[in-house]
Amino acid sequence: MGYPHKPHERETLVLSTHFGDHEAIPLDGWKKRGGYQALQKALGMTPAEIVDVVKASGLRGRGGAGFPTGIKWSFMKPGDGKVHYLCCNADESEPGTFKDREIMRWTPHALVEGCAIGAYAIGAEVAYIYIRGEFTEPLRHMEAAVKEAYAAGILGTNAMGTGKTVHVHVHKGAGAYICGEETALMNSLEGRRGNPRIKPPFPAVAGLFGQPTTINNVETLAAVPHILNRGADWYKGLGRADNPKSTGTKLWSVCGNIQKPGNYEMLMGFPFGEFLHEVCGGALPGRKLRAIIPGGSSVPIQTLEEAESSLMDYEGMVAGGTMLGSAGCIVIDDAQNLVKQIARLARFYAHESCAQCTQCREGTAWTTKILERIVAGDGTTEDLDTLLEIADNMTGKTICVLSDSCATPVVSGIRKFRGDFEALIKKRKVHPVPAVA
Amino acid sequence: MSATHDQAEYTSVFTGAARTELDTIMSRYPTKMAALLPALWIVQRERGWVPPEGMAEVAEALDLTPAYVKGVVTFYTMYHQHPVGKHFIQVCTTSPCNVCGAEGVVDAFLKHTGCEELGVTSADGRYTVIEVECLGACGFATPVMINEEFVESVTPDRVPEILSSLK
Ligand SMILES: Cc1cc2nc3c(=O)[nH]c(=O)nc-3n(C[C@H](O)[C@H](O)[C@H](O)COP(=O)(O)O)c2cc1C
Ligand code: SF4
Ligand code: FES
Repeated sequence: MGYPHKPHERETLVLSTHFGDHEAIPLDGWKKRGGYQALQKALGMTPAEIVDVVKASGLRGRGGAGFPTGIKWSFMKPGDGKVHYLCCNADESEPGTFKDREIMRWTPHALVEGCAIGAYAIGAEVAYIYIRGEFTEPLRHMEAAVKEAYAAGILGTNAMGTGKTVHVHVHKGAGAYICGEETALMNSLEGRRGNPRIKPPFPAVAGLFGQPTTINNVETLAAVPHILNRGADWYKGLGRADNPKSTGTKLWSVCGNIQKPGNYEMLMGFPFGEFLHEVCGGALPGRKLRAIIPGGSSVPIQTLEEAESSLMDYEGMVAGGTMLGSAGCIVIDDAQNLVKQIARLARFYAHESCAQCTQCREGTAWTTKILERIVAGDGTTEDLDTLLEIADNMTGKTICVLSDSCATPVVSGIRKFRGDFEALIKKRKVHPVPAVA
Repeated sequence: MSATHDQAEYTSVFTGAARTELDTIMSRYPTKMAALLPALWIVQRERGWVPPEGMAEVAEALDLTPAYVKGVVTFYTMYHQHPVGKHFIQVCTTSPCNVCGAEGVVDAFLKHTGCEELGVTSADGRYTVIEVECLGACGFATPVMINEEFVESVTPDRVPEILSSLK
């Protein structure tokens, strides 16, 4: 990435080409860098043709689940007489993840263009970009970019002079991790509490305002103009030859105990060990890397050995005992109390649970309480069994997967770093038994 | 952001320019209710927090009940239901920042602002310090949000200098 440090030679810059380049932010600078050529081209195609290109590119959702974008778009039926909507998910609140923020800060028009193409491709005249309330600076850039695009006739009822209607609006959230879940986001946008909805119906059938809706992550939509400009085959060619299921580049946010935190744009399938030790500079002086959470806080924790032998794509991360998720890579070294950090993650989920489902509301709270008790030196061996039992009861049983996400670091933590828990338990304080009078 | 600390009489927010702003926002959605979060943001910008009178005013503008509006306000963490200090300081302490020493940053803010306790406004009304969950800037640990601005890569020793730069 071009900011805060120079791109590493092993990065492949597509989305991040202009990170750190102030002149790429306003419309005129963006146009000089090829901006809005893809939208012009798209508006001359049929929606079905665009969907086919995106399908052929192999692009998958960058918000966490990795669902193929072209297939998601093909669930929408332009011309069915209904009002359609596109939602862009810019809620970015998964601990460890800060890539969408960078896209919006440095290349706001790339996202406007991606939203406009996406909306047109799914038969929507309106796209909403839902940005988390804390992202004040990205919000300013996005609002300015949308305003410029309207003034230049790029958006509106005669988009780029084609007679087609494309609106893009920015909507500011107000602090709630759960609003990143797609149906919670829709409720929030409608002016409701951000509670996830029971599925089905799926958004493509009844989403925002009860209408067919597609929701995509910022990075997913920002990749679309590049695919239209350079072709599906070019995009498909990025990645490892032996895995056609993961194509293109991926922005990796790297944070925690590492020499060079930041965003890095890597080819799908890049060796994770080389990435951590060479591209990101490896451990801090005198320390050793110990545990890696590669895909945002909701994915299983890896040991360093697992991480070192993983490949950075959807399938490679599964083979490495975890998931690619949002590619928010959290690095934890040997100077940290790992159990304390797992407890802190549990507290995050307890704080962010929308409290609709009993398993989640109670499970996140109890998990936090027990873990904090262990950290405080009051844990017992039975606590570990209780934690695993609670985790089991929190997995696959609720309206959304926030509940599962809380269980994940606990289960993988106990499985892979059991010794850390046991060491704390062994040090248990012995409370004096009050004398009976 | 200007916080009204006294319970001075509430004057309507949605007159003049703010009313026009709300009308423009409402034109972007098929329902009035969808303008709820934006309308609450306008109240908070103008009044420093979202007082009950503000909720009532928003309810009326959008054909909702005050009880409904309150139910939504309380769901989201960023709407202030009480006046806060002139400088509202939010420090991320979620794990990625925590492993980089975020708790020390919180302690430094509590000490140097004189707040001593989280969520309590300093005696001079200048500061309120709270801990928040991930601010989406984990690579710049520890990010601190002061009113509308982010300060990145904050360490405990930078805290006095950051505070003295605030007006
Ligand atoms: C609790 C929870 C939080 C989520 N947060 C986000 C988020 O902040 N940003 C995001 O793009 N997707 C988030 N997702 C995933 C979205 O629900 C959705 O799958 C995604 O936005 C779809 O876009 P994509 O297909 O382009 O990845 C979250 C999911 C869950 C269950
Ligand atoms: S799993 Fe948790 S966050 Fe998701 S809907 Fe249920 S209570 Fe809400
Ligand atoms: S964990 Fe602190 S900003 Fe993400």
